[in-house]
Amino acid sequence: MSIGTYATSSVAVGGDSVRGAEGSRAWRKLARNPAALAGALILLAVIGAAVFAPYVAPQDPARQSLIRRFTPPVWAHGGSASYLLGTDQVGRDILSRIVYGARVSLVVGISAVLVSLTVGVTLGLLSGFFHGRVDTVIMTVVDVTLSFPQLLLALAFVAALGPSLLTIIVVLGLTGWERYARVVRAEVLALREKDFVEAARAIGASPARLLLGHLLPNTFSSIIVMSTLQVAQAILQEAALSFLGVGTGSAHPTWGQMIALGRDFVSVAWWLATFPGLAILLTVLAINLVGDRLRDALDPRVG
Amino acid sequence: MLTLLVRRVVRLAVVLAGVTLVTFGILHVSGDPISLMMPEAPEADRAALRQAMGFNEPLPVQFARFLANTARGDFGNSFFHRAPALPLVLERMPTTLLLTVLALGLSLAIALPVGILSAVRRNSLFDHGATFVVFLGTSMPVFWTGIMLIILFAVQLRLLPVSGWESWAALVLPTLTLATFSTPLLLRIVRSSMLEVISLDYVRTARAKGVSERIVIWHHALINAALPLVTVAGLQFGILLGGAIVTETVFAVPGLGRLIVSAIRQLDFPIVQAGVFVVALLVVLVNFAVDLLYLYLNPQIRVR
Repeated sequence: MSIGTYATSSVAVGGDSVRGAEGSRAWRKLARNPAALAGALILLAVIGAAVFAPYVAPQDPARQSLIRRFTPPVWAHGGSASYLLGTDQVGRDILSRIVYGARVSLVVGISAVLVSLTVGVTLGLLSGFFHGRVDTVIMTVVDVTLSFPQLLLALAFVAALGPSLLTIIVVLGLTGWERYARVVRAEVLALREKDFVEAARAIGASPARLLLGHLLPNTFSSIIVMSTLQVAQAILQEAALSFLGVGTGSAHPTWGQMIALGRDFVSVAWWLATFPGLAILLTVLAINLVGDRLRDALDPRVG
Repeated sequence: MLTLLVRRVVRLAVVLAGVTLVTFGILHVSGDPISLMMPEAPEADRAALRQAMGFNEPLPVQFARFLANTARGDFGNSFFHRAPALPLVLERMPTTLLLTVLALGLSLAIALPVGILSAVRRNSLFDHGATFVVFLGTSMPVFWTGIMLIILFAVQLRLLPVSGWESWAALVLPTLTLATFSTPLLLRIVRSSMLEVISLDYVRTARAKGVSERIVIWHHALINAALPLVTVAGLQFGILLGGAIVTETVFAVPGLGRLIVSAIRQLDFPIVQAGVFVVALLVVLVNFAVDLLYLYLNPQIRVR
């Protein structure tokens, strides 16, 4: 089978009782790292901006004005303090649009991962627990999914179903679950031979109880780490879909859409495409930094 | 060895059948392919066409027919180009492959030395720097990187063309863009495969018996790190093609990606299906080749 990036990185965390102590140790490890701390702060800022967008945004993101179009950022010649990052081709405030755009990115990123997580973890548990035919079938589905570039598949299906926020979430979710299935399966395969599982089986625990009560909780730390990194991926994918023109289909600005518009004006107004891209970069980088430290912090082998 | 080979071929066939099913699903997932293809036609026309094209038959029958047509390379005619879809797709293939291979070559030229040095000098300033660049690279949207390169090299410095594929100069920016996407992925794999090998006993033995550090790294370690490297690189190939699709759109490169993206805007589904299928077929075949290479390179399997 394939060797995933994360498949080997975290081994099961022993029994259930030590998890509390381990949790606080993990937090301390996380807090000591300046890069992860910076990531966490950026992430908090982005979430804050998304939630309180009407209060944070200095202007109405939809208000157009032909007189103000192509106002450069405040520090450039001709910039205005009312439009810190400048305005676009119809005079809308770029900063305000970025603030509102954070909503779409975060909602899609988090919801799509929840869909992937549900599908992937369920299939991974079943695949690892029941050897044989169930495993073969599920792993074949994984192989088929891996044959398509996620972006291409999402592009085709979103176009076929008609662009909408819900379609994007479901399609990204259903095309991005295979990593969960692979990692959870590998963990269950390693765990099912452990003494505590044997013991539970010996006292007559049902398969459902074994799966949900004993195996699933021991995969939580990998699932948490994977999910942070998957949210970052989903945000990048959503931006790419919006950029390619099969976005949310609504009037709400998205970062990918803003970059696509900016592409047409690179020679007259560089700021149109630059700042929404920086917003994506900072958000995804922040999530990746936090996720990476989380992995180290939850891995008992790293001191 | 032979049983393993047979098993691989059987799996190849099963995966290809699955790939065909997913490709079939693109047109049928909405439940009404005709309305999808011609949303503005009057209902009477659509009903007639539905009947004529066999969309009223049970789905399994339709899938069987699709499977047979796919096997013959027939995806129907492109509505927009008024020509068979598959040749149109194959015609664009060399451009996309050239872009991918150029970017992959550039990535390897950077990722191999940097990744190895990173692993050898673990936790050095160089290693931390490389790790940060990997983070930065994997967090950048490819299409945005491309636009930033356009602003810098084409608009400000006027060194390179904004878009196109007609001259060698036009290849530079798309290649650079795709390479900024693929280099971090490869760099991370090179570093972790080397790290895993470098701490093994046989490397220590080689050092202990006085083999020069250069030979230890480039001969002893790298050869063994190459196995996982090749496998993961095969898996990354699909991701790289995904990046190529976006890169082509940014730079108006007349490749497969641009064809598919414009076909999606024109609701030209024969092209979309043929394109998606060809890309997946390519990924499957590359991974199959990697699998065979792995069987061949891995002495534990070869001697059996």
